Amino acid sequence: MAQQIFPPPPQLLTEKPPFEYQLLKHRGIPGFDKLDVYRANGGYKGLERTLSMQPDEVVAEVKTSGLRGRGGAGFPAGMKWSFIPKVSGPKYVTCNSDESEPGTFKDHELIENNPHQLIEGVLITCYAINSGHGFIYVRGEFARGIRVLKRAVEEARAAGLVGKNILGSGFDCEVVIHSGAGAYICGEESALLESLEGKRGYPRLRPPFPAVAGLYARPTVINNCETLSNVPHVMREGAEWYSKFGTEKTKGFRVYCLSGHVERPGNYELECGTTFRTLINELGGGAWKGRKIKCFIPGGSSTPMLAPTDEVMDTPMDFEGIAARGSMQGSAGVVIMDDQTCIVGAVLRLVEFYKEESCGKCTPCREGTQWLVQMLHRLENGEGRPGDLELITDVGSNIAGKSFCLLGDSAPVPYNSALKLFREEFEYHITHKTCMVGPRSGKQLAHAH
Amino acid sequence: MIEKMDKLEVRTQEFKLSEASRQELDALIKQYPSPRSAILPALHIVQAQFGFIPAGPMAELAEMLGILKGDVEQVVTFYRMYNQKPVGKFHVKVCDSISCYLRGSDELIQHGLNRIGTSLNEISADGQITISKIECLAACGAAPCLQINDEYVYNVQPEQFDEILDNLKTAKENPYFIP
Repeated sequence: MAQQIFPPPPQLLTEKPPFEYQLLKHRGIPGFDKLDVYRANGGYKGLERTLSMQPDEVVAEVKTSGLRGRGGAGFPAGMKWSFIPKVSGPKYVTCNSDESEPGTFKDHELIENNPHQLIEGVLITCYAINSGHGFIYVRGEFARGIRVLKRAVEEARAAGLVGKNILGSGFDCEVVIHSGAGAYICGEESALLESLEGKRGYPRLRPPFPAVAGLYARPTVINNCETLSNVPHVMREGAEWYSKFGTEKTKGFRVYCLSGHVERPGNYELECGTTFRTLINELGGGAWKGRKIKCFIPGGSSTPMLAPTDEVMDTPMDFEGIAARGSMQGSAGVVIMDDQTCIVGAVLRLVEFYKEESCGKCTPCREGTQWLVQMLHRLENGEGRPGDLELITDVGSNIAGKSFCLLGDSAPVPYNSALKLFREEFEYHITHKTCMVGPRSGKQLAHAH
Repeated sequence: MIEKMDKLEVRTQEFKLSEASRQELDALIKQYPSPRSAILPALHIVQAQFGFIPAGPMAELAEMLGILKGDVEQVVTFYRMYNQKPVGKFHVKVCDSISCYLRGSDELIQHGLNRIGTSLNEISADGQITISKIECLAACGAAPCLQINDEYVYNVQPEQFDEILDNLKTAKENPYFIP
């Protein structure tokens, strides 16, 4: 079998991309991971312009651009940088590329195919906060991505873009490529810092926030990989150019990850605020095998599911638009489920992820996620009892809001949102001891395991 | 008690970091403001040598990083990529999170296990292959996907999985490695 570099060739290669690629410019340009090709396409121009400005001006420019964090919370990037106190001594920039949220796979492509874009983003951020040390924390499974990044750093160093006196400006900056080792929790920023300090990835109590006491208890900026990949474009073309894209409160462009039961899954770079209809139906080709969409997850597994009503499909994909429909933009990982999907099975699989990935630090999440999975498991396998749905809801409400970090808050989300949309399917599992839809419907499930 | 300690001693001496690994570790540790920060990538170097993380090298690494052996152990037991016991020469990890599940990862895993005649996490009789499940690999747009050791294979259908497993049975190096 032929070896493949992520992503596999897009099936829409001949058609014009729906948006002129910025972040995914590497598509269609061979060798984009090499420094000369990257520079021939405008690479490191953003850094050059940055070095001609004062750090405060860089922070102001990113603030004006309206760039918001792409990791999930959507916090304005420039604002985050401005929280770094002007104290002497080391400060750090950390890039969060511990991409592990089910349904999200954009960092994977950005790192493996466009490493210099990220490195340039890290260098600019370091300059803006007067830091001389950037870390790119990449999930360990991206072994090839790590090799690509390390090669890119060495290439940049040889060209005077990393290390001492960058481009003759007097600015010194080291960039270290760090590998994680498989733990979803390390995508939580304070757990990431613990992990980077060489410990178990347990989240920290806040305050103090990382801007005050982060890595080695020093002021630290943590940004998502995609956020930092946006930064070179902001600095190359200017805030005014950048803020022309997107909606009123969500500026710019981003990579939407489309997966699940869809004809053409993959990463799609679009202007913020494009509708679900454009992404899922026009670009993604709708549900696969000529089926209908039952529901979808709009922003990674931690966001509530939505039913594909006209109102939802015409919703602009930005932070405010999706929130108005009762869900979240999250990591922009859109997962489609077709009408042959048993929702109980899907919810069980989603919640199992949180059980597996719970770090064990706090009791509500450690114990609660186990109980959720046990109960959903018996429901799925035709052994559910009357009252189970209320019991699951109750256990879920004792995790969310009572756990140490957002992982626990997210664990009951798939169940709660699915129950709201498909209560009759859950009840059917209890009363009929079998699935209402899907390949197992009508089959006796009890004692099958 | 003394006899037991001797045995432990022997066990720790069975696995020693090679000179090449030590050199790689030294270079790695220098990159960090605090040596302890190097522990995760350092353990990947250890695992690359042995296929898992044996007790002896954990102690050696602890000394190199200036921390306790227990500090290393608690990291090894927390992060899923470290094998705490030996696995097959090729560790096939199939993603079974939501997007892969929706596109048939459960069936794929069962298919593979039947093909090589092992159960989950078990080493095949020839020592070549272990099949495991893994949580989301962040390749959801190319589901179902899997990793062979740390290398990805995308959009794997059952008949391709047969081909992969057949390849691995006789392979000396990972055929799916891309530099």
